Amino acid sequence: MDILIMQISLFVLAVILGIELITKVPATLHTPLMSGSNAISGITLVGALLAAGSGDANSLWVSTLGMVAVALATINVVGGFLVTNRMLQMFSRRR
Amino acid sequence: MSLSFVNLFYLLSAVLFIGGIKSLTHPRTAVRGNLMAAVGMLVAVVVTLLDQSILSYAWILAGALIGSVVGVLMATRIQMTAMPQMVALLNGFGGGASLAVAVASFLAINGPVAASGVIGMLAVGLTVLIGAITLTGSAVAFGKLQELLPGRAIGFKGITLFNGVMMVVALSIIAALTAGQGGTGLLLLLITIALVLGVTLVIPIGGADMPVVIALLNSYSGIAAAAAGFIMGNTVLIVSGALVGASGIILTRIMCVAMNRSLTGVLFGSISEEGGEQMDAD
Repeated sequence: MDILIMQISLFVLAVILGIELITKVPATLHTPLMSGSNAISGITLVGALLAAGSGDANSLWVSTLGMVAVALATINVVGGFLVTNRMLQMFSRRR
Repeated sequence: MSLSFVNLFYLLSAVLFIGGIKSLTHPRTAVRGNLMAAVGMLVAVVVTLLDQSILSYAWILAGALIGSVVGVLMATRIQMTAMPQMVALLNGFGGGASLAVAVASFLAINGPVAASGVIGMLAVGLTVLIGAITLTGSAVAFGKLQELLPGRAIGFKGITLFNGVMMVVALSIIAALTAGQGGTGLLLLLITIALVLGVTLVIPIGGADMPVVIALLNSYSGIAAAAAGFIMGNTVLIVSGALVGASGIILTRIMCVAMNRSLTGVLFGSISEEGGEQMDAD
């Protein structure tokens, strides 16, 4: 139970931080910021790696679902950071 | 690597994510911010791979190979004008990944991802619900912007009521799962309902409002990641997911204000079409 309280505390503090982090964002950065934080939400890759690598002998399903999750999350992460970088490069060239 | 070391590196990547998001809000530091966040992700992934609970690397390698190739191809081939729908698509994959992780946790009997107890089951239910809505909702948003689907609002009479009822059913199933009364059949029903909900929540919204919807779905995929973190008690998932979820809501609100929309309108999928002409999509 203590661990759960700690996790909930982390969650609440991170939510507050997330709210405070975004204040004034120039309109040109709306899409890159969305895209960048989208790539960060690919952090679920960590969970996917643990599922795919758990070597759960009881069921092939866990490993297969884990592999699917790793593939999807990797697309999210790799594609997300690359796309954000491309968008930002476009802005800096324009300036 | 021992668990406390893993958690210390997770803290490092969380700090890098925070710095990255902060830097992404300023034009001068935005490129560096994206890089910081990417390094944070690399740290989290490498440290996870060194975790002693990972026993086999074959499945990981296969998934990562497929994901990297597809991700690089998508990101480099896409037209610059198609960026918003690209983000929608990537975001949908993220939601799908959380969904798959939650189902794997449900099926796992023991090991690092196995869901246990009331909190574990509640977290599985919520991850499935939010992840599946993100998956199909993002697919619809992509379809509308890519003009695979008609951009206008599509719906039927009483779609809001339909969504409400579906949501109540979904939450009841989650309650049953949490109470430990659900089997795989009930989980499959929840997945189906959530996949349908993703479509019916987004399809009544006109194409001009899609950037706001994508920002909102991005926030959802963060919340799904945080919920997945609660399944397996993983701090980096909880913190990063909560960060993206919260900052995504704020960004959605900022974009709503910039485009003269109400946030509650987007949240409940009832944006009116009137005045949807004079916006530019960023």
